[in-house]
Amino acid sequence: MSRALGTAEVRVVLPPHLRTLARVDSEVLLAVMTPVTQRTLLDALEARYPMLRGTIREHVTQRRRPRVRFFANAEDISHDSPDAPLPDAVAGGAEPFLIVGAVSGG
Amino acid sequence: MAGIRILVGTRKGAFILTSDGKRKQWSVSGPHFAGWEVYHVKGSPVDPDRIYASQTSSWFGQIIQRSDDGGQTWHQPGSPEGPQTNEFGMPMGESNKFVYDTSEETGRPLTTHQFYDGTQHPWEFKRVWHLEPSLSDPDTVYAGVEDAALFRSTDGGSSWQELAGLRGHETGPDWAPGAGGMCLHTLVIDPTNPDRLFAAISAAGTFRSDDGGLSWRPINQGLHSQHIPDPTAPVGHCVHRIAIHPKRPNVLFMQKHWDVMRSDDGGDSWHEVSGNLPSDFGFPIAVHAHEPETIYVVPIHSDALHYPPEGKLRVYRSRTGGNDWEALTNGLPQENCYVNVLRDAMAVDELEPCGVYFGTTGGQVYGSADSGDTWTPLVRDLPAVLSVEAQTLP
Repeated sequence: MSRALGTAEVRVVLPPHLRTLARVDSEVLLAVMTPVTQRTLLDALEARYPMLRGTIREHVTQRRRPRVRFFANAEDISHDSPDAPLPDAVAGGAEPFLIVGAVSGG
Repeated sequence: MAGIRILVGTRKGAFILTSDGKRKQWSVSGPHFAGWEVYHVKGSPVDPDRIYASQTSSWFGQIIQRSDDGGQTWHQPGSPEGPQTNEFGMPMGESNKFVYDTSEETGRPLTTHQFYDGTQHPWEFKRVWHLEPSLSDPDTVYAGVEDAALFRSTDGGSSWQELAGLRGHETGPDWAPGAGGMCLHTLVIDPTNPDRLFAAISAAGTFRSDDGGLSWRPINQGLHSQHIPDPTAPVGHCVHRIAIHPKRPNVLFMQKHWDVMRSDDGGDSWHEVSGNLPSDFGFPIAVHAHEPETIYVVPIHSDALHYPPEGKLRVYRSRTGGNDWEALTNGLPQENCYVNVLRDAMAVDELEPCGVYFGTTGGQVYGSADSGDTWTPLVRDLPAVLSVEAQTLP
């Protein structure tokens, strides 16, 4: 993937159900507008894979769905501001941004 | 020779069973949308190869899938081509967008309904329970959703608009969820009058529109529900399923939480026809394709024990429109059977003799090619079955 001015290459790992929906393998590589935040990353993800709209964030409110969590650099950042910059390791592509279905029930 | 296609929605994907008109040998395709809950799959009566599916997840939300080739291939119909396609050529996902209509022109304010604890709770979209294709236009399809509301698409499922007159009915604050949520699970279209629609909601009751879905009124007179403070209240009844015979749409049959009911006046009034059933609790009810007075139910022990009485899986058939019922057991397990049959999981085909099909929470899909006299499992070990629809192919 070529890198455009003002973008960063970010690795994103989707949960299995969303991989099948988007027809991708375990990890996708995205060009994300800088500064890299949850919002710019998810905007880029949904632009590349529009079938994921509404599956991670609510269609209208753009809020994270209740049973979805975000991890970056081994930390749960689900409750961080969507406009907070992501850790350098994620924004720089060294570590992936993990989108995880919350574990509940059995 | 005619063929039959059975569309099965399960907790972990959809399956399609096909057979020729003899209905002896069945082939199974699937799972489609593996791992996702598929609440309902239904084909258009005017174009049987046009099939709609509701694929859903408590985690990742609602997906609408469409097939134009009888279930061989599927796509999300959001925007198959043209300017709505993004720079990568992918559809824009609008087909998955169900937003309650709160616009001043056509919508109603997003009010509240009664929650389990009696407090008021705002409407929140969760999933599509039921897809009902138009009887005349393959691009028009209705969606009954949780929290209870009715949506319609007129572009083949690409986009959805709420028919807000139902959710915005003045009784809305009195509607409450059943054990499975507050869902609009049944929509019946009058084949003789497309402006007449019947909708059933757990736990609000049955509603009728005579203007194509713009306005609605509750039609629950005669229902008696012990679990609500006023057992004969206008709304609040946990209706599980309603059904009609297409040639006699003024007669409706209902499986309520408890009680099997019948209306002979388009739902204006109801009377009980449970008769000699071993239990009148249950979920599905179906009408024979050629005999308007022949109906089928699957008695379940109780709302506390969601399995058949005595561990015997029995379909009950009435040839008199209710009251007099006979047990149909030939080919069904008559001991140690503790499965349930859910409300959308029974269907009939249009062949002669009429075929009857139902699916269980144990993953069996049973079929009868002789109006219920004998049964065989078409497939035994699917995930828990949520819905069954039968298509009679030319």
